[in-house]
Amino acid sequence: MEVESLSMISNPTSGGDIVLAGVTKRFVTPTGQAMTAIRDVNLKIGAGKFCAIVGPTGCGKSTTLTLTSGLDTPSAGTVHVGGRQVDGITPGVGFVFQHDALLPWKSVIANVALGPQLRGATKTEARELARDWLTTVGLSGFEDHYPHQLSGGMRKRVQLAATLINNPSLLMMDEPFSALDVQTRAIMTNELMRLWEQTRPSVMFVTHDLEEAIAIADQVVVMTVGPATVKDVFEIDLPRPRGQIQDIRFEARFLELYKMIWTSLREEVERSYAMAASRKAGDK
Amino acid sequence: MSGAQEIDVAQLARARAARYRKLVLAGRVGTLVFIVGAWQLLTDYKIIDPFFAGSPLGIIERLADWFTHGTAYGSFWYQIWVTMEESLLGFIAGVTAGVFFGVLLGEVPLLSDILTPYIKVVNALPRIVLGSIFVIWLGLGLPSKVMLAAVLVFFVVFFNAYQGVKSVDRNLVNHARILGASRLEVVWHVVVPSATSWIIASLHVALGFSIIGAIVGEFLGAQHGLGLVIATAQNNFDTDGVFGAMLIIGIIAISAEGLMAMAEKRLLAWRPARTNDNNAGGI
Ligand SMILES: Nc1ncnc2c1ncn2[C@@H]1O[C@H](COP(=O)(O)OP(=O)(O)OP(=O)(O)O)[C@@H](O)[C@H]1O
Ligand SMILES: [Mg+2]
Repeated sequence: MEVESLSMISNPTSGGDIVLAGVTKRFVTPTGQAMTAIRDVNLKIGAGKFCAIVGPTGCGKSTTLTLTSGLDTPSAGTVHVGGRQVDGITPGVGFVFQHDALLPWKSVIANVALGPQLRGATKTEARELARDWLTTVGLSGFEDHYPHQLSGGMRKRVQLAATLINNPSLLMMDEPFSALDVQTRAIMTNELMRLWEQTRPSVMFVTHDLEEAIAIADQVVVMTVGPATVKDVFEIDLPRPRGQIQDIRFEARFLELYKMIWTSLREEVERSYAMAASRKAGDK
Repeated sequence: MSGAQEIDVAQLARARAARYRKLVLAGRVGTLVFIVGAWQLLTDYKIIDPFFAGSPLGIIERLADWFTHGTAYGSFWYQIWVTMEESLLGFIAGVTAGVFFGVLLGEVPLLSDILTPYIKVVNALPRIVLGSIFVIWLGLGLPSKVMLAAVLVFFVVFFNAYQGVKSVDRNLVNHARILGASRLEVVWHVVVPSATSWIIASLHVALGFSIIGAIVGEFLGAQHGLGLVIATAQNNFDTDGVFGAMLIIGIIAISAEGLMAMAEKRLLAWRPARTNDNNAGGI
């Protein structure tokens, strides 16, 4: 891990703050109509902060990450990272996608080594680094497997290694652990926290698991039903380092925060169900 | 409790599969023997006219004659070599151009929007007639055949490569872009490999077209090649000769197909094995 910390220090874009101002994104649906995915999102995430985003399904969480990473441009409003307006891929960004994004024709090691190679490392250097990262995510011995030969959880871990190997100063994580079983999930979350505390990238972490969100984040953002906007932002003042996330759930402050945030989130989830039900009734 | 039973079941299934394979093989050999035998007998007894239908023994005699004494325009081996050379060069040129332009137009929508109507027009033409133009332009030698084969191959490969590029998973492209890939690197690491399965699917048809291109080109005017052998046999009403040359072309095509299946296996090694892979050699 020595190598990574060193290169973080020499990385000037490290952990810039993220500012979304009046961000709206519209898509053209297959039927040709415009649909608003997110509207007027205002959000500020301090440099090196860990921000968890929760909200009903389909509200626009992934879209928010896509705009911040520079993969897509907002229809209105601006995104700034480290004081610089996002235009093209944000420098130093890493993205763990919600859906599988490993290249199926590359072996596990080649997938993980791709990032450094694209950034100019030689093949041997990249492979060596990739081997270390595979060990970190508990997959040494699987170097020469192809992604389809791994389980869903293993693929997710390869994805994690492939992203973290680039030392992102800005990390987008879209439900990274949703494919994992509870035990692996706890291990991976603890591992992620350990790595994050070493290099302190700014993180946007989408999850449906409120407990997970509170346990790991500095800030929990609740989004409304789609077209989503920011409903509430909760500062999580639990002290760090927080230790094992399995244990923190029983602390009084945790439960207090949980109740507060859940009340906010539940309204939106219920509204989202009500809307789906009324749409269904309307169709008939 | 059922360990031994399971082994029995597995063994039984294997034995049944083996018996089935034998049956299929016997059926195939039987079919061949029946058709060839009936053909020979029917022509022997003049039930059908051997002048029109040829006969298996006649074909063998004719081929033996060609192989030992050569044809009017050089050894028979040389004619085979010329046709193979034309097909192969046409195949390589057509595939290279098809992949290149398929990827280019797939990646640059403006270009494809401009060129689409023209490509459709050219594709709608019966391209075989281009052979005549190529003979006028390039003469009776090798280039005109290579050109015709390449044009036939080009369109098949082009459309598949284009489709392949268009159906690339956006998620994978985004992943590569985030990792720091430039436009060209995205093409190299994501677009081309993902279009490869599409391109390879087109190569089987393309291979057939490259041989058709070479043969038809030789029909239209040539100094060497199996197409010329067939044309000459046709002019002499030499039915056995036409069938003999056809047989040789068939053997070439099947061998090439076999080589390609091997290449395909290597290129697509990363793909999950399909459950029906064991009948891959089926039809
Ligand atoms: N490329 C696109 N074209 C059209 N509509 C889109 C596109 N991407 C997203 N949408 C729409 O935008 C809305 C928000 O999508 P998004 O993926 O951001 O939701 P999400 O909050 O991440 O949901 P989930 O929690 O289920 O992942 C959805 O209604 C979706 O249909
Ligand atoms: Mg999503």
